[in-house]
Amino acid sequence: MRILVAMSGGVDSSVVAATLKQEGHEVIGATLQLYDHGQAVSKPGACCAGRDILDARAVADRLNIPHYVIDAEERFRSSVMASFADSYARGETPVPCVACNQGVKFTDLLSMARDLGCEAMATGHYVRRVEGAERVELHRPTDLSRDQSWFLFATTQDQLDYLRFPLGDMPDKDAVRQKAQEFGLAIAAKPDSQDICFVPSGTYASVVEKMRPETGGTGEIVDESGRVLGQHEGIARYTVGQSKRLGDIHTKDGRRQIVKRIDATTRRIIVGPKENAGRHEFALRDMNWLIEPPPEGVRCHVQIRRAKFRVKPGSIRLPKARGSCWMISPCPHLVRPACSIRAAGFWVGASSSPERALPWIVSSSVRADTLPGPYVVGWRYALRGSMCQTM
Amino acid sequence: MTVYLDANASEILREGAMEALLDAARLTGNPSSVHGPGREARRLLEDARDSIGRCWQAGSEQVIFTSGGTEANNLALHTFGEGRRLLVGATEHDAVRAAAPKGEVLPVLADGSLCLEALEAMLREGPPTLVCTMAANNETGILHPIEEIKALCARYEARLHVDAVQLAGRQGDGIEPLSVGGVTSLAISGHKAGGIKGAGALLLGAEGHVTPLMRGGGQERGRRGGTPALPAIASMAAALESALAQNWAPIAALRDRVDEAALACGAMITGDRKRARLPNTTSLILPGVSAQTQLMMLDLAGFAVSTGAACSSGKVSASHVLYAMGLGETASCAIRVSLPWNITEAQIDGFIAAYREMASRLGKRGA
Repeated sequence: MRILVAMSGGVDSSVVAATLKQEGHEVIGATLQLYDHGQAVSKPGACCAGRDILDARAVADRLNIPHYVIDAEERFRSSVMASFADSYARGETPVPCVACNQGVKFTDLLSMARDLGCEAMATGHYVRRVEGAERVELHRPTDLSRDQSWFLFATTQDQLDYLRFPLGDMPDKDAVRQKAQEFGLAIAAKPDSQDICFVPSGTYASVVEKMRPETGGTGEIVDESGRVLGQHEGIARYTVGQSKRLGDIHTKDGRRQIVKRIDATTRRIIVGPKENAGRHEFALRDMNWLIEPPPEGVRCHVQIRRAKFRVKPGSIRLPKARGSCWMISPCPHLVRPACSIRAAGFWVGASSSPERALPWIVSSSVRADTLPGPYVVGWRYALRGSMCQTM
Repeated sequence: MTVYLDANASEILREGAMEALLDAARLTGNPSSVHGPGREARRLLEDARDSIGRCWQAGSEQVIFTSGGTEANNLALHTFGEGRRLLVGATEHDAVRAAAPKGEVLPVLADGSLCLEALEAMLREGPPTLVCTMAANNETGILHPIEEIKALCARYEARLHVDAVQLAGRQGDGIEPLSVGGVTSLAISGHKAGGIKGAGALLLGAEGHVTPLMRGGGQERGRRGGTPALPAIASMAAALESALAQNWAPIAALRDRVDEAALACGAMITGDRKRARLPNTTSLILPGVSAQTQLMMLDLAGFAVSTGAACSSGKVSASHVLYAMGLGETASCAIRVSLPWNITEAQIDGFIAAYREMASRLGKRGA
């Protein structure tokens, strides 16, 4: 069949293209140009395309498949970069890769694939698409250390029907690299990308400060009573829940201090002692069910941040009245005070051992970006996933 | 089999050009050498120079060979723009725009032709000026009123550089022949006319000195260093001669068929169809369908067309030409169809069928 492969120039999507071509499909490669590389690295005269785009094109040439570079700069700037910077300006820490997958990749590129008469679109994500008895299901991959199902929490059933994830069954990344080598692809040994793709130097704070100058500059670090404890170097450099970059304030009265809140208007970082008490329940909104919502609720496993094996047992309780929030009660230490949750993924399945839980179904997920109260998570580390290099 | 409809990117090699190329490629001598083989190579080079000069009513001493159109344009700006105010047409190719970063923009009218009133107003302001304009636009085929521009530049004693890269090799069928008379310089390119890639020329309105970009062994009378690319130059000369002998009317008729078929599918034609255009070029706007998608669909169906400007990555950029003409959003929905010299009716039939199918599948969205 005619299938469009979203090629990032990395090993994963290159192997996807090569595999599908070998299987006899009519493969069309497409690479999104999301930002002007020359501007991003601040080198006037540098090519607008980064190394990754040129790599993707070289792989496509090698495979002898048509390849197109799609200009998604404007859309990416407005839908991903601007909201990335806006979130920091509000004192939050965003996950740009989720917005990018959902908008630019799974909406725009996918609709282009349909226009071109493709029967499917394939990506290099590490998840499995399983055709179940009732519907197409999204499963965790064989290699759980590369699991990206959490990142795809907003994938709709319609998108899932059309998408293909050929790497979901690969045992590990080495096997993918091995295949790249067998296909004779020059990028077989290319390192995984580590940073947010449009922040090539890894210093995202300077990117944010360029887009939203008000986030730059120093400000006060205060305790919960408002007493000034020290100075910080710009609110974009901090995230709720962290204890780094607090200097001497790191420990106070023998207790570890963390960022509890960021007040963007006064440019104040509010710190307080780290607490261990957790929450049992929190509200969910914008549930994206990939199973039929069971009226009696469902026992499931939960992941609320991108980290290896951080899948815990929990359950979703359904509201009696329509329109109210879903509730979940995971194990309490999962959701600590002074952290903010933006997304959660839920899996239903039979396995009792999350680490080896191959047949789990990502049953549903949630966007909880306006949850009341500050809870969990070091999103900054979440951002350093392998998402951007796999498209 | 791909149908090639992107002659304005690179023209299909003309038959005489292939022979000239092979003859030149068999010569070993360097035109600068003083021995027999050198003389033989030099004779071929000078024959090419004479032949190209004749096409533009220029003496051979007015022809400077370069590596292509971009270098010819750069050489002109480097030499004749030095210390002068630069006026650059809004729809110029990047070979001129990038070479004149401080140039002031000369607006174009909605039909794509240079606004003469604006030109005169700017020239009247007085300081010594170099005007840079193309003869024919690469994306739309629209012709600028070069004779009127020449007259204005003469009246206000401004220099005039004409980028004739797209016009060279496509004159005829109602287009007035362009000569170097009345211009300061004029740039042409070999592969746009049906020669091979790698040669172009800067033609001077009068014999004179230029400030070389490439310094070297004194070739081209010290105006462009480096051993000239003899096979490419010989093929350029042969291609231009062959192009001048071409009857363009049948090609213009096929182009008009494309226009009419596209209009019937709900497309628009960029510019004013009644005004003179290059006989082989049209720019079709399918509202609501991005140029990128159109290009991909046609490519996958076996038809090679293009969009305004592509970065070296292959990214399709928005067309500054169509924006300058005031097309706004629809500027990103235009594809360029440029017929090669040997296009056939059957190929055009095939293209029209593919375009119709594309328009019926996607074309209604913008309405």
